[in-house]
This record gives sequence, structure tokens and C-alpha cells, in this order.
Amino acid sequence: MQELDIAGMGSTRVTRKGNNVVVLEKDLQTEQMVLAMGPQHPSTHGVLKLECLTDGEVVTHAEPYLGYLHRCFEKCCENVDYQAVVPYTDRLDYLAGMNSEFAYAITVEKLLDIEIPRRVEFIRVIVAELNRIASHLVAIGTYGIDLGAFTPFLFCFRDREIILSLLEWASGARMLYNYIWVGGLAYDVPADFSKRVMEFVTYFRPKTVELYKLLTENEIFVKRTRGIGIMPADVAINYGWSGPMLRGSGVKWDLRRNDPYSIYPELDFEVPVPDGKVSDIGDCLSRHLVRALEMDESLKIIEQCIQKMPSSEGFNARSAVPKRVRPKAGEVYGRAENPRGELGFYIQSDGKSTKPLRCKSRSSCFVNLSAMKDLSKGQLIPDLVAIIGSIDIVLGEIDR
Amino acid sequence: MGNSLNAWSEALVGFTPMGLPLGLVILAAIPLVFIALYSLTYGVYGERKISAFMQDRLGPMEVGKWGILQTIADILKLLQKEDIVPTSADKFLFVIGPGVLFVGSFLAYAVLPFSSSFIGASLNVGLFFAIGIVAIEVVGILAAGWGSNNKWSLYGAVRSVAQIVSYEIPAAIALLCGAMMAGTLDMQKITMLQSGSYGFAHFFLFQSPIAWLPFLIYFIASLAEVNRAPFDIPEAESELVAGYFTEYSGMKFAVIFLAEYGSMFMVSAIISIVFLGGWNSPLPDIGSFALNAWTNGPVWGVFWIIMKGFFFIFVQMWLRWTLPRLRVDQLMYLCWKVLTPFAFVSFVLTAIWVIYVP
Repeated sequence: MQELDIAGMGSTRVTRKGNNVVVLEKDLQTEQMVLAMGPQHPSTHGVLKLECLTDGEVVTHAEPYLGYLHRCFEKCCENVDYQAVVPYTDRLDYLAGMNSEFAYAITVEKLLDIEIPRRVEFIRVIVAELNRIASHLVAIGTYGIDLGAFTPFLFCFRDREIILSLLEWASGARMLYNYIWVGGLAYDVPADFSKRVMEFVTYFRPKTVELYKLLTENEIFVKRTRGIGIMPADVAINYGWSGPMLRGSGVKWDLRRNDPYSIYPELDFEVPVPDGKVSDIGDCLSRHLVRALEMDESLKIIEQCIQKMPSSEGFNARSAVPKRVRPKAGEVYGRAENPRGELGFYIQSDGKSTKPLRCKSRSSCFVNLSAMKDLSKGQLIPDLVAIIGSIDIVLGEIDR
Repeated sequence: MGNSLNAWSEALVGFTPMGLPLGLVILAAIPLVFIALYSLTYGVYGERKISAFMQDRLGPMEVGKWGILQTIADILKLLQKEDIVPTSADKFLFVIGPGVLFVGSFLAYAVLPFSSSFIGASLNVGLFFAIGIVAIEVVGILAAGWGSNNKWSLYGAVRSVAQIVSYEIPAAIALLCGAMMAGTLDMQKITMLQSGSYGFAHFFLFQSPIAWLPFLIYFIASLAEVNRAPFDIPEAESELVAGYFTEYSGMKFAVIFLAEYGSMFMVSAIISIVFLGGWNSPLPDIGSFALNAWTNGPVWGVFWIIMKGFFFIFVQMWLRWTLPRLRVDQLMYLCWKVLTPFAFVSFVLTAIWVIYVP
């Protein structure tokens, strides 16, 4: 990729065309100002701090500062049993707790090499996909706020509330579930759960269309996001991007398909990738579009799971839950497709202890955010906000 | 009913104790004190209720029935707050900023005719005064933004000044089209020229086939002038925290807030006066059924202009809660490359219409 040296070039707005950097607008250089964006800023989505060097409204350099929400997740894991790590994983990506638990559970199960009851797998996928929708709703809603549209945010939260109450019904908590355990589940789902989930699916289908019309097709929204923050596919892969960010750059990469786990191979769903018709591939709008389309796919998955799910007769959610987790010495890397990308756990066991020797988590947001410096060069401040919003960061997962 | 109300206001004009024209003073004060402040208070309340309605919420429900006293409670709360001036702020500019802003938005109320007898100052250059006085707001915004000594405030202030100064051009040209059709700048006369027994058919908007163009241009430009969405970039809360009033709290914040709502009502009133007949009733006479005559008069006039003003405020709120925000350069593009050329076109077309079509 062509490196752009804008030192001494004055206030220059740039964008990417393929692998080249194109200058959009050039102005006289003025005195540069250091602008601290965050940690207390409405659109840094938490306690991210961006130290921007600005020339007028143009950002010439932006440096993300992390660590305001660091909670020593990895060190904590070394001091608790394998099972007791599950509640900590909820607090990584607190908008998608079920997905984080799922990723951790399949990693430890890989290490233990145990068989999981089929119904457990279905329930796991249902709650994880419900949580994916909830998480994408937050991403889309807050992205609307970043661009000044407040109403879609509340529409999203209204619908997310239904998912949260469904998950609360199943697990007893609204955000930090501790529901998916190593080898099983905390409880079976309540008796009418499938019926209520189906009600939600039929309720939510028209709402996605409404959201699409209100936000994604909005002329001003398209103007604000199309062609902004373009990331070519090869650079995105080099940065290690994953999830909707990578798919926004046109790479059809979804761990549910490319490295299948659980029952995903049995299910029929698409991996949405922008086709470049309504958006320029790799821009903010593409990433938004991928999230919007993924919600429909998740609905499809949930529907199929409900139809195929074995009945609860003679089912014990904890039948395969090991009393004591003491894996053989070794190491394992397990990963799952989270709403924000690949969440991976690398676990090392010494074969003697019931505690992991090392538990490293590979956070998708952290990796996605690492491109910020590159993406923000030569952008206007409003575009910088649009780019941060499109990365859809959750500081809980970045800082861990 | 209209006639008895007319008689009531005429009697008030005749009220001159000790030879002082007290009745006239009361009549002139009614628009400013009651209409302006009440429309403000209920503008804020209306905004919250309308946004709640659009967003599937309830809005304020606790203070008074349906939360009707919420704004008053808010003002009382803000009054009690500590008056904070940041230590590194330019104290003089920081303090006068909100005041200048408030004065700028309220001075224009002096020339708004609220009815045939309610007008603060019937200037013969009323429209010109109203256009010009809005520019004072720019001084207040710049003082507030610069005086705060905050980078976000500075960005907000610079954006705001650029925006308001630019959008004044299409706005003023669009209003001149109305003035040209009337042949006067006196707001009271502009309104009177639009009265007649056919009601709305006499309004300038329906008097010429071109009038909808300056009407639309002025409406869009006025949104930018009062910093409303989708042109609310000076205060863009997701980019600039709160723009030029980031550092303000307590009553100074409330004053800035009220000035914004004051400006909203002011531009809505101006657009209804120039294009939609001001205090004239839109209802036409149907045969012997003299609807127009019944619904016209000094007090009815106040009702009509406030209703028209509220209608435009409603549209402003509707847009605000529906649309995302434009970017700075897109905003300037819209002003200089779309609105201003079209404003000139409508100006020329209106001139041709006025000269060649009787």
C-alpha cells in the first residue's frame, strides 16, 4: 500500500482508491492543534482516548490510547478454576456475553475432549445468535447517534430489550449471563422459550426492514458513510481484521463457515458481503451494511435451530458438565465468530492443576482498532467519528 | 366570538388611566412576555413529547399531569445550580456570550406582528431588521466558544459562525422574494396584503407559481441559521461534545437553550408572515358562511400566527428526530452551490412575475 507522507503538505483530506491514496482537498497549512478525544467523549464508545493532531478540521494523525478499563482478565484466569473463568468472559464483550462464553466453553471442551448433548448445542446457538442480534442492534443504533440520528438508536434498544428479557428468562441475568458452562448449560431453557423466541423472530423481521429504510437508505446517512474510511481487503487481512469489519472489505470470512464449530455446519445461512452496489467496498457503509444483513441471517439460524432442536424429555443441561476440570498437559486455541469478529482463547494446561496455566484471549476489537491510526489519517473530525463508530468497539474487550 | 374578542382588545387600547396609554403598553407586552416565553416553555416540552412519540417512549410524565410542568421544574433546577466559570476561561466573554445570544434571538420578536394590534415596534424596515438582528447571535456564539477556552467549544463556534454567515445569504434572498411581492419591508403591511375573504388563497405562497421555491429555500436555510438538525453541526453532540456551550452549566446553559428555542419560533413566525399570511386566518368564506370574517381579529390573529409558528416548529422537530447530521463540507456545499444559486433564480423569477404579471 502506498504510504502517504502528509507532513508539510498542509491540511490535506485524503481517501483511498484501491491501494492508492487520493488527495481530495488541499488547504493551506495552519498551526496544528492537539485534540484529546476521550476518554470522556460521547462517541468514543466508552473510555477510548484518541490523541488527534488536527489542522483545522482535518486530522493529520490520531493515536489511540487504551487501558482505561483494564481488569487483568488473563491474570485472573490463572487464579481460578476453569469453570470459574466463564463469568469473567461475560465481562469481555459485555454486549455479547453469550458469544464470549460460547467461545470459552468450546475451547475448554476441545482441551478436555468431551461430548456435549445435542440439545445443549442447539440452545447455545440460539442464545448466541439472539445475543448477536442484540449486539448488532447496539452497534447500528449507536452508529446512528454518531452520525446525528437519534431515533434509530431508541428503536434498536426497544427491540434489544425483548432479546434481553428472553435471555434473562433463560439465564437470570440481563447482560452478564454465566449461562453457557464448560460441558453444558447452567439450566435448560424455560418451557415456552421456543415459542417466545419464534414470536420475537416474527416480530423482528419487519423491524429490520424499518430500520433499513430509516437509517441505511437515508440519503444523508449514505453521504456521511459512503467512501469514508476505506480499507482494502489485503490491508485488512494484514491487520488481522475479522468479523463484520473484514467482511465489509469484501472478504467472505466467517468462522461459522470457515472453521465450523458446534452445529453450524448443519445450518443453512449466508455470509453477507457487500457487492459494491450501494456502498464502496471496504468503507464505513459496507461495514454497517454487513451488520444490518447479518441480523437477518441470525434470525434464519434461530428459526432453523428451533425447528431442529431435540425435545427436553430426559434432558439434563448439566449431564456432561465435569465436576472437576483437570485437562491433560497441553495447549489449545479455540475460536468463535463473535458479533465483532474472531474471539479466540489460547489455554495452556500443565496437567496437574484445575486452573489454567495461561489463558490468553485474542480480542477482535483490539485487533480491529489497531488500524485506527492508518484509517484516520487525513480525515475530517466528523469522519473520524464515523470511522470509530463503524469499527464498533467495546472497550471491555479491548482492555480486558 | 371573534367580534367580542376584538371588542375586548379595543377596549384595552382605550384603557388610559391618568392619561397614560397603559392599555397599549399591556397589549404590546403581551406578545413578548406571554407568547414568546410560553411558546418557549412549551416548545421545549413539545420537543420532548414529540421526540418521545416518534421514538416509542412516554417522555416527561412526572411533573404535573402528563409532565406538563417539566420545563418549569427544569428551569427552577437550573436556577439553583452553582454558576461555574472555568478558571482558564475568558471571564468577560464567557459571561456575556449567552446574554448576547439571548438578546439576538429575542430582539427580532419586537418587529413580529402577532396580530393587527399586537406588535412591539411597527418598523417600516421590519423584515430587514429581523434578518439583520439574527446576525448578533453569531457574536454571542463566538464569544461563548472562544471565551470557554475549550478546543471543542472553539470548533463549535468556528463552525457555527461559518454556517450562520453563509446561510444568511440564501435566507435573505428568499425573504426578499416575499418582500418584492409585497412591495414593502413592513411586516405588518406584508401581513395585511395577504388578507382577504378567500383565506389561504391570498397568502403569498399561493399567489405566485414561483413562491414555493423561496419558501423552501428559506425553510432549509432557517434550519441552518438556528442550528437545527440536520444542520446542527455547531453543537453536534457526538462530534464536538456539545459544541460552543460545552463548558456552560446552570442558568447560562438554560439561557443558551432558551435562545435556541426563541430563534426556532422566530424563524417559524417570519416564514409564516412572509409566505403564509401571518396572523390572517387561512379559512375561506364559503358563500354566506363567512368563516374568514369570523376567524379574523386581533386575538384570533395571535392564535393563527402561533399555530402557524408551532406547525413549522413541529416540522423542525420532525426533521431533527428523523435525519442524521450533515458533514461540515457538505453543509457548505449545500449552501453555496445549491441554495444560493436557486435563491437567485427564484429572485429573478419573482421579479419577472411581479413586473409582468399584474
